[in-house]
Amino acid sequence: MMISIFFLNLIGVQQWTYILVGITFSLYIGIAIWSRANSTKDFYVAGGGISPLANGMATAADWMSAASFISMAGIISFAGYDGAVYLMGWTGGYVLLALLLAPYLRKFGKFTVPDFIGDRYYSKTARLVAVFCALLVSFTYVAGQMRGVGIVFSRFLEVDINTGVIIGMLIVLFYAVLGGMKGITYTQVAQYCVLIFAFMVPAIFISFQMTGNPIPQLGFGSTLADGSGTYLLDKLDGLSTQLGFSEYTQGSKSMIDVFAITLALMVGTAGLPHVIVRFFTVKNVKDARKSAGIALLLIVILYTTAPAVAVFARTNLIETVSNKNYSSVPQWFKKWESTGLITFTDKNNDGLIQYLANKDTNELIVDNDIMVLANPEIAKLPNWVIALVAAGGLAAALSTAAGLLLVISASVSHDLIKKIINPSISEKNELIAARLASIGAVCVAGYFGINPPGFVAAVVALAFGLAAASFFPAIILGIFYKRMNKEGAVAGMLVGTITMLLYMIKYKLGWFDEVLPNKSEWWFGISPEGFGSVAMTLNFIVSIVIMKFTPKPPNEVQDMVELIRIPSGVGNAINH
Amino acid sequence: MKQNSAKVYWKKNIYYLFILLSIWFLVSYGAGILFKDELNKVKIAGFKLGFWFAQQGAMYVFVVLIFVYVRLMNKLDKKYGYDD
Repeated sequence: MMISIFFLNLIGVQQWTYILVGITFSLYIGIAIWSRANSTKDFYVAGGGISPLANGMATAADWMSAASFISMAGIISFAGYDGAVYLMGWTGGYVLLALLLAPYLRKFGKFTVPDFIGDRYYSKTARLVAVFCALLVSFTYVAGQMRGVGIVFSRFLEVDINTGVIIGMLIVLFYAVLGGMKGITYTQVAQYCVLIFAFMVPAIFISFQMTGNPIPQLGFGSTLADGSGTYLLDKLDGLSTQLGFSEYTQGSKSMIDVFAITLALMVGTAGLPHVIVRFFTVKNVKDARKSAGIALLLIVILYTTAPAVAVFARTNLIETVSNKNYSSVPQWFKKWESTGLITFTDKNNDGLIQYLANKDTNELIVDNDIMVLANPEIAKLPNWVIALVAAGGLAAALSTAAGLLLVISASVSHDLIKKIINPSISEKNELIAARLASIGAVCVAGYFGINPPGFVAAVVALAFGLAAASFFPAIILGIFYKRMNKEGAVAGMLVGTITMLLYMIKYKLGWFDEVLPNKSEWWFGISPEGFGSVAMTLNFIVSIVIMKFTPKPPNEVQDMVELIRIPSGVGNAINH
Repeated sequence: MKQNSAKVYWKKNIYYLFILLSIWFLVSYGAGILFKDELNKVKIAGFKLGFWFAQQGAMYVFVVLIFVYVRLMNKLDKKYGYDD
């Protein structure tokens, strides 16, 4: 035992990273070869026979991106209470999915979200608008993922970001093109296991170290392990106010903004095409409901751990660096300083690190991502744990990128080519088109990963806002309001999407003005991140008003709605 | 007859949705956001209650809600013969 521990620590972080990343990548490729797709049905919906557990795991991996894995805990640790918008926003949407969308879309039984919109609103225009929105949402999102892959590679393997992006592209290309949805599903199952293990191991270590309780969810509400009897959260509140930050458990955003952002993220989650499409892959309506529950359970394991990690990391950081002599900082500090993720400028030349809320006297700037990436080092965990975080980050980024690429390729080959441009295309040719489309999509995503457009920071908010403002109302009304017609739905989608885009361009990107408009100009005090909820409401209103003045949908469409509401008689996802 | 039972089934489904989504709203937007300051006056172990709902509690309830819905609907499907 002693010898093996000695041996484990002899191997450096670098070697461990190569070993773990090598093993996990071979696993993904092996799975892709074993589960390659032979038909369009395999390619789009994995043959429609995935078990609820496998689909739940795949959905969880699909959903948890590089942002969830690497950035979220860090963002929370700097935002304190306000971080709840991401926690509740990115989980609460699954309740909407499970109760309001997944069962009915599964019963509908086709391949894509534009399929539903196109059939339910009996119109090519509606389908085209939906395809456009699906592509817009997926491309904005996937660019961020490829960048994430590049960043993880560059930090842990010391290659440059662009090489990292290209390695990531090749891997995703291989298993998405070969395996389609079927290959992606089973690789995502493996990726879920890798990423959750990689996230939990350091969290459990640190929780035990700081509070004596190995369960992070309980640990961050416990007293410190130093025997002082102080609660960890009280201590952090104290440290934060001492340095001039607002109390950790209070946050600083306005209540209406917290409300709006949470709502936009929830509804956006339920409207994301790469999440919705996962529910087309199970056998029947019953399995669709169940797998939504399993997916959320698996996601919540990470999402309830993240706020604990945030508290541990923040406390550790403050204690390690605040008012300490720069010449005696630990080695990890220097290492991350060289990557530019930590910067220290000794403004008052006293040799001490002043970490303060006041921008003029603060001497330390710490990037969000450090909190997860460097956390194991800060807590002095073994080398293999540090390397594990790299493998986990890559699993998270790759699984999400692959899911998005599939939506893009299905939108092109199925919704555009098969349904609009050339309906007589043979199954074999459609499959070829799907594969070509995914190659094209990987190249575009890679290009954006290497040359990130200026709006990458706005990307996540934009993708969710757009999903909320475009799809969600059209799908909900399509299921729950039989009278809803194409005129209403198309007008609603257009108004919602365009309003969202304009607000984003004005208040997030600042393209309309010389300088970015001040917060005080925000409508109702709602930030661009939260504006999706306003645009969505607008979509609902416009849809219903226009519907009142236009003719009823045809009888066969109303019959279809009746049919969707009844779970029996699903059969397989129909190839029509 | 068939038509009618489909209507009753749908009404019951909507009723479940209403109840479950009300709870969904109360734990997240209610306890975690609108009433968090009042709830923060209550402390359980190291957690202020409003903060706990926002960063932990609401998520646990979300998971439970979905599984309750799965159970309710499986029963309902069986009752109306929609369980294939």
